[in-house]
Amino acid sequence: MKDLFYGLWPICRKEFTHIRRDPTTLFFTLAVPLMQLFLLGLAVDTNVRQIATAILDESHTPQSRQFVDKLAASDSFHIVAHVDSADKLDSAIRAGKARVGVRIPYDYARRLQEGNTASVLVLMDGSDSSVAGQATNASTGVAMQLSLTQLLGNSPMPVEVRPSVLYNPSTRSANFFIPGLIAVLLQMMVILMVALSLVRERERGTLEQLTMTPVAPLGLMVGKMIPYGVMAFAELCVILAVMRVVFLVPVHGNVLTLLVLSVPFLLTVLGLGLIISTKAQTQAEAFQLAMATILPSVFLSGYIFLIENMPPFFAVLSKLVPTTYYIRILRGVVLRGAGLQDLLLDAMILLVMGCAATGIAAWLFVRQQQHA
Amino acid sequence: MTPAITAEGMTIRFGSFTAVQDVSFQVGKGELFGFLGPNGSGKTTIIKALCGLLTPTEGTGTILGMDIRKQAAEIRRHVGYMSQKFGLYEDLTVAENLTFYAGVYGIKGTQAEQRTKELLALTGMEPYLRRRVGALSGGWKQRLSLCCAIIHSPQVVFLDEPTAGIDPVARRSLWDLFFQLSGQGVTFFVTTHYMDEAERCGRVGYIYLSKLAAIGTVAELQQLPAANPKGTVRVQIEAPDASVELTRLRSMRGVREATIFGRSIHALVEQHDLEAIRQQLSGASVEPVVPSLEDVFVTLTYEIMKER
Ligand SMILES: Nc1ncnc2c1ncn2[C@@H]1O[C@H](COP(=O)(O)OP(=O)(O)OP(=O)(O)O)[C@@H](O)[C@H]1O
Ligand SMILES: [Mg+2]
Repeated sequence: MKDLFYGLWPICRKEFTHIRRDPTTLFFTLAVPLMQLFLLGLAVDTNVRQIATAILDESHTPQSRQFVDKLAASDSFHIVAHVDSADKLDSAIRAGKARVGVRIPYDYARRLQEGNTASVLVLMDGSDSSVAGQATNASTGVAMQLSLTQLLGNSPMPVEVRPSVLYNPSTRSANFFIPGLIAVLLQMMVILMVALSLVRERERGTLEQLTMTPVAPLGLMVGKMIPYGVMAFAELCVILAVMRVVFLVPVHGNVLTLLVLSVPFLLTVLGLGLIISTKAQTQAEAFQLAMATILPSVFLSGYIFLIENMPPFFAVLSKLVPTTYYIRILRGVVLRGAGLQDLLLDAMILLVMGCAATGIAAWLFVRQQQHA
Repeated sequence: MTPAITAEGMTIRFGSFTAVQDVSFQVGKGELFGFLGPNGSGKTTIIKALCGLLTPTEGTGTILGMDIRKQAAEIRRHVGYMSQKFGLYEDLTVAENLTFYAGVYGIKGTQAEQRTKELLALTGMEPYLRRRVGALSGGWKQRLSLCCAIIHSPQVVFLDEPTAGIDPVARRSLWDLFFQLSGQGVTFFVTTHYMDEAERCGRVGYIYLSKLAAIGTVAELQQLPAANPKGTVRVQIEAPDASVELTRLRSMRGVREATIFGRSIHALVEQHDLEAIRQQLSGASVEPVVPSLEDVFVTLTYEIMKER
């Protein structure tokens, strides 16, 4: 067992020294994913302001008018039209005059007076098919819900806001989008770091010297995985903090659970990085191969296209993409507050994938040495 | 006594290309063995196979009695290797590289400290300990490579062109180190393109076109029939202007090879044309001479090419 991982700790220590020795690279490695998170995350900013809003007040009561006044006074909404029928509300949105329609039902005041919960229907334009567009729409809804709750929070009126998206009911929210983004960014960073580290050794000739030592292939592989795994883990913590603090995505589950369940994913992408490093002769090649892994993890993982809506063939393919499971874990914990037991299967699958990837990388490495 | 290194009928192919063909030899314990051959002749490939990094297509070999096919991992613990390409980490310091290689060979604590001290004293690297390797000169880099290659006190050391591209003083001091260690019983297998280095070796092997063309002590190689073809004599010609004479000489009948050697000319000439040549070179002294190692290899190379 010890022989299987021979040389692990010296490699691990050396790798940390390399990282410390080159603060510029370290800075960019850590900063780039954050920058990407900001850029892409801001495209789906949840802090929407002055959304063009159309109002359909069917209630025509002092209570409903008070509600509309509060809405108009808030910074989030800008009332562009008052309409008198549901059809007109729809067409205002369809025509692009308003992004949001608020419909106050005729029984609004009565239900409030009876002490029941009154519903306000919020309609949103879901026709914009671009991801950013969809996300913006959805986040509009979220923001709206938030502001409405705040708006009405102090009042004794129990009002329930029912956002509903027109034309594209399966659209996602920023809360939905950002966890997926985290998976993709993390994967990119990890694969690049570990693959480049090994390929650099190949390019510089230090690998040849190293292979003549008793270092075991798995010792070399795992010795490289640990330092970059630690870095990725630190980055994940920062990213999660940014998600929570800057993008105001609420985390419904336990952050610790999320961190623990992230380890199998990190293992998998580290393993993938190592496999790439055995295939690439130069750093440029490694870079291209790393980029190639991004495509399936963006399009097949449920990050953009819902797996439920995929053709069967792609739905099956998506099961082979590690990112699928991690996005499920992220969304599970962040959105649904899922616990360890709920996501254990996904984590186990990732763990198996990670061990397999590491083993395959070591095997490819040995095979390659025999021919080089 | 078992030899330190043996190769038996070793053939190594990369696809359809044969890099090493049917090579057999032995190197005794404590020997300093020089390995020569033109670029691409298969020297590095043989070393890799002997270290167990490459499995030979045919044949086998042993290191200290260990089978290179079956005990590759074991062999690596007992063998030192200095690759042809500089193989240390330039962004780490001298000390960090040494610590890393000590760790990789499983040497720990006081044992590692002591061994490092020993090597530093041997090579005089002490003052450079905190310096980044990238900032060292070629000679010091090679000295450090040697330290890292022998940090685990191996009994057999493979050095692949250890002196390529470094200045004569550094070259001499490296060779002094080899001799010193060799005196302690360490077996050295050194590849080189320098004849003067080859002449310092106890025994020399010459590989040409993937085949081992000759092997033996320098004196043995000089007596080799193939290096002294029948009916020819090797002569040294002392002439006032060697370079002018060389062109003239090369156009004469019965001259097989001629080359400048220092301030004189070394030539391989037909026995029966010797007198005629002597006459044409009136005034110059023409004396029979033992071939230099370079002469041997050049003649061998021509002979092999002629056979093809
Ligand atoms: N992995 C490989 N795949 C294919 N061909 C190879 C491989 N390794 C070496 N060769 C070929 O085998 C031949 C012998 O190479 P080798 O490196 O052993 O030569 P060498 O004697 O060390 O040369 P040099 O003096 O330039 O170092 C060369 O023609 C080389 O191109
Ligand atoms: Mg070579």
